[in-house]
Amino acid sequence: MARKISYKQAINEALDLEMRRDPTVIVLGEDIVGGAGAPGEIDAWGGVLGVTKGLHAKHGNRLMDTPLSESAYIGAAIGAAACGMRPVAELMFLDFMGVCFDQILNQAAKFKYMFGGKAKTPVVIRAMVGAGFRAAAQHSQMLTPMFTHVPGLKVVCPSNAYDAKGLLIQSIRDDDPVIFCEHKALYGSECDVPEESYAIPFGEANIVRDGKDVTIVSYGLTVHRALDAAEKLAKTGVQAEVIDLRTLSPIDWDTVIESVENTGRLVVVDEANPRCSIAGDVAAYVAQNAFGALKAAPQMVTAPHTPVPFSPVLEDLYIPSADAIAAAVNKTTARALAA
Amino acid sequence: MTNNPFPLSKDELLAAYRTMRTIRDFEERLHVEFAKGDIPGFVHLYAGEEACATGIMMHLTDIDRIASTHRGHGHCIAKGVDVHEMMAEIYGKATGACRGKGGSMHIADLSKGMMGANGILGAGAPLICGAGLAAKFRGDGGVGITFFGDGASNQGTVLESMNLAAIWNLPVIFVVENNGYAESTSVEYATAVDSYVDRAAGFGLPGVTVDGTDFFAVHEAAGEVIRRAREGGGPALLECKTIRFFGHFEGDAQTYKAKGENDWNRENRDCLRIFANRVTSAGAVSEAEIALVDREVASLIDAAVESAKGAPLPSPRDLLTDVYVAY
Repeated sequence: MARKISYKQAINEALDLEMRRDPTVIVLGEDIVGGAGAPGEIDAWGGVLGVTKGLHAKHGNRLMDTPLSESAYIGAAIGAAACGMRPVAELMFLDFMGVCFDQILNQAAKFKYMFGGKAKTPVVIRAMVGAGFRAAAQHSQMLTPMFTHVPGLKVVCPSNAYDAKGLLIQSIRDDDPVIFCEHKALYGSECDVPEESYAIPFGEANIVRDGKDVTIVSYGLTVHRALDAAEKLAKTGVQAEVIDLRTLSPIDWDTVIESVENTGRLVVVDEANPRCSIAGDVAAYVAQNAFGALKAAPQMVTAPHTPVPFSPVLEDLYIPSADAIAAAVNKTTARALAA
Repeated sequence: MTNNPFPLSKDELLAAYRTMRTIRDFEERLHVEFAKGDIPGFVHLYAGEEACATGIMMHLTDIDRIASTHRGHGHCIAKGVDVHEMMAEIYGKATGACRGKGGSMHIADLSKGMMGANGILGAGAPLICGAGLAAKFRGDGGVGITFFGDGASNQGTVLESMNLAAIWNLPVIFVVENNGYAESTSVEYATAVDSYVDRAAGFGLPGVTVDGTDFFAVHEAAGEVIRRAREGGGPALLECKTIRFFGHFEGDAQTYKAKGENDWNRENRDCLRIFANRVTSAGAVSEAEIALVDREVASLIDAAVESAKGAPLPSPRDLLTDVYVAY
């Protein structure tokens, strides 16, 4: 039975369902309950933006607030995963990878391969990504490419509530470490989400709009910008196909290649900085594997190669806009956007 | 047992000696084989520190977890990892403990509770908090031990983990194997406190320092903190003051050590010799029994080297297995 719930509620629901299903699932992170040891309410915050609110009442001490020690508690989650638990650790902001990256890069990502396949590390690291919150350079980055670069990690970035629930359930059940990227600007966005449990397999992109003239590939928040652009373009007679990658590692190359073979044009939209980005990765892959199908050079629409600025007037320029996406499409079709 | 003044049975004494002798011979032999150029990469030898791993690990079973270091061979052997598989791993062979994909610095056997040697200093401390957390959730009475050197004792991960283990009352022991040198840098230079017990106190943990060349001292102190942790008493720190007979890595000229330091240590602070003297002079174990263990271990190591040398190499297709490959 589907009903409209938000991206934030969908994540909460996925955690609740998996904690009910599997006693080895535990959830830990800074303020994920809130108020630990303090004189006031327990579950005071339920996470800094309330994503885990209410879970403590249902699951008690299987949710644990941690000290502000990212290396220690992310590492503990990884160690517990290597010892048979399925921990979901919240890193709050993915930007905080800087203070715990060794545990992710050199420990979790490596165990299975380095130990000859004899270890598994079923840990999920949830974290907020993306700009738009006026949170400036250290709380707003889209660092998906840095994790996608690392073999052994899986990287997920849902664009809507339905996907958030199904992909988080899959992430918890997966035996590899998963970096689960939640775009903070999407927490309030709602769509139809079934009440029951369901898992969305990794590596299956979603064609969110059909079109025959150009393929727009994106993930996360910018899927919505791409859809806005496609709407505008339709009015000028350009039919854009929009692909939501959903998972960046593994990535669904087949859907991307098949679409480009139909449309002959590619625009990749990525909120990350452009160098060594998902956009560059997809453009290169298509150029290498579907060059003959291309009628124009692939275009990349990304953030500029700068840190995320604070001032709203600058930050609004930072995130790829629907207009910038439409302009990139028009470059591939060599047509001017009407009006 | 009338001649045995020790808190261990004769069989246990011989088992302890066998473990220490196995580690020593394993490392001495690697020293020789490495010099021949047959072993790829880097090896960091544990010789001189055998009493630490052995005295601690005798209190553990397979449900207990350890997180080791780059100098991990001794921890592996004492935790029960198969010596043949270890040797084959160090030679990069398909029959190795990690099928040749890990090497000396990454030997692991999770079925034995050995969570891996580790090439990143101090990385085991957060991981062992996870092992302790898992044991606590399961209620299986398991404990976790993380080893780190005087060098890694200054990593933030170790300090963060001591705090985390303390506030969550985890069944975790932090073992500093203080051999005096962080690579080539002395502990006096690099560590701001004179005693690691002071570090422990900073996190509200009990801390104890023992002579790491004295098996019995390590065994007794470890027994106490491990029992306490198993019973829910929480984490502790154990400092073993020990020595490293070889360099940081094989090939290290060790010019930072005092002249004659290694020779003096081998003459006066050899934990195997100290142990054997004590148990034989007390009459708990005979010299013949010690000699028998020596011979048996020597053949085990010979056999391990021979089988490792003759073992098959990984096949090219192994490059792409045991990891998700998207490209």
